[in-house]
Amino acid sequence: MKKNRSQLRAAIGFLAPNLLGFLLFTAGPVVFSLGASFTNTNLQQTIPLRFNGLANYSELIHDKAFWLYLVNTLYMMLGLPFAMFGSLWLAVLLSRKLRGISIFRTLLYLPSFASGVAIMILWKALYNPDFGPINETLRHVFNALKIHADSPQWLQSTHNMAGLDVEHVGVTSKQFGLGGRDAMILMGVWIAIGGNNMLLYLAALSNVPEELLEAAQLDGAAPWRCFLSVTWPQLAPTTFFILVMSIIGGLQGGFETARVMTSGGPAGTTTTLAYYIYSLAFEQFRIGYASAVAWVLFAFVFVATLINWRFGNRAANEM
Amino acid sequence: MNRRLVLGAKNGAVVIILVVFAVSTLAPLLWMIFTSFKPLQDVEGGSLVPKTWHSENYSSVFQQVPFARYYLNSVFIAAWVTFLTCLTSAMGAFAFSRLEWKGRDALFRLYLATMMIPGVVTMIPNYTLMVKLHLLDSYTGLIIPSAFGAFGTFLLRQFMLTIPKALDEAATIDGAGYWSVFVDIVLPLARPGVIALAIFTFLGNYGSFYWPLVLIKSDSLRTLPVGMMYFDTTYGRQTNLLMAASVMSLLPPILLFLIGQKHLIKGIAFGAVKG
Repeated sequence: MKKNRSQLRAAIGFLAPNLLGFLLFTAGPVVFSLGASFTNTNLQQTIPLRFNGLANYSELIHDKAFWLYLVNTLYMMLGLPFAMFGSLWLAVLLSRKLRGISIFRTLLYLPSFASGVAIMILWKALYNPDFGPINETLRHVFNALKIHADSPQWLQSTHNMAGLDVEHVGVTSKQFGLGGRDAMILMGVWIAIGGNNMLLYLAALSNVPEELLEAAQLDGAAPWRCFLSVTWPQLAPTTFFILVMSIIGGLQGGFETARVMTSGGPAGTTTTLAYYIYSLAFEQFRIGYASAVAWVLFAFVFVATLINWRFGNRAANEM
Repeated sequence: MNRRLVLGAKNGAVVIILVVFAVSTLAPLLWMIFTSFKPLQDVEGGSLVPKTWHSENYSSVFQQVPFARYYLNSVFIAAWVTFLTCLTSAMGAFAFSRLEWKGRDALFRLYLATMMIPGVVTMIPNYTLMVKLHLLDSYTGLIIPSAFGAFGTFLLRQFMLTIPKALDEAATIDGAGYWSVFVDIVLPLARPGVIALAIFTFLGNYGSFYWPLVLIKSDSLRTLPVGMMYFDTTYGRQTNLLMAASVMSLLPPILLFLIGQKHLIKGIAFGAVKG
């Protein structure tokens, strides 16, 4: 009993700085933000502060921009499966015991490790439609193959592979092509493919029991069959983890790229929800409405996680 | 013999695919390095490799923007945040893993739950808090809110759970207090975890963009990412200088990566798989 009390006292001491920071900068702000989402709080304070119930949330439902930016966010998450399976493919290749293979691992890890504003400024230059090396290369290729085609305008274009309309949530053939959003996706895959997910797959692959693979090989299973029936099910927990984290990250993503590369344009086509919240809060100072949008984003993340858990647990049990 | 041939061909294919991946990974980075040494008129078109090497591009960056200042700000802030995060996380992790007290696991679950909350949710109230505390546009405002993290606490707790409890029990019997158990026994054994967390935190903060962007108004307090963004928007046409700045800003993380590679990879696998 005495020991318990001394442990509690020690725990309070050890935890104090951490807990104080947690309450002040995480837990407190969460409560404050939820409260603010039911008010007209404005940082410029030119209007009297008042509680306005669900007004922000009903404004959000009728806010065309919100829905367009939600679609942008979801569209730009289309790169996730490519990045994920790319990571898996790389990990399978890198798991072979060949001399010097760790050099490849280091090289491929560089982009995700160095990612940030510098890499975005680099890609902005690469994508320059008139002078950038990507279109320069494309023009050479088109010339060599004698194709008469215009190079994509990349970050300056509202076009996209799904033909999403600019003004309304919908699809139109006029918008079909390669544009800003696709450029973001390509860059995202380039950054992510050799990154942490690849390392996680590499670690998981080294945990697949050799006996299982040998048994399958003895039964005469082809390598592809071995992978599908033995390795892939063993990787299920890792795949599940990566999927959840990617979806959570994807829903909240796109702020930095939009701020550095496009300011959300052209015509708002590269604006994600995260960037919308930033511009509402820190450019228009509409703290109340921005908080409401942030909470809706949180709700999406929460629901995505719940669905993943249900689905993931079932999938893992069946395998 | 036949089998060896098949194996050789397979390995050859693996190496070829890996080389293709490596080349497409490196091509943009090489373009960045080559462009950073070119005169402006050679950036567009022409050869990939510079005809003449202009290393004065690098010194021009320092003349056009207070680049050295950005560098120092970034390193100074990241170093403080790293030190404080490691300290508070290790102490918190000790309380969550080595001490028995009521409500411990419930509080820990609450910590974990907050890791799911998008950063933008807490960003806005934190900004208003900084306004109230008059910490806008200050080093303190950049450092303090980042010096606590549920992630670090979680990572180090996982590490500390693997350290045998018998060690600190023996020390307690010998009359050691909790602080000396923490400093002399648990912390040294959790060193790989602390190093991994230190590298993660340093890099994360060195590259952090959102918080410095909204908090800092004066040029002299800008960190590298924010300074680079304004450099790009004001001098956007000087691609060669921008690339020189990018190369310079990437050097510290790349060096840190090459030095701490082993710890990092262990930390990533640990945080995710054992979690």
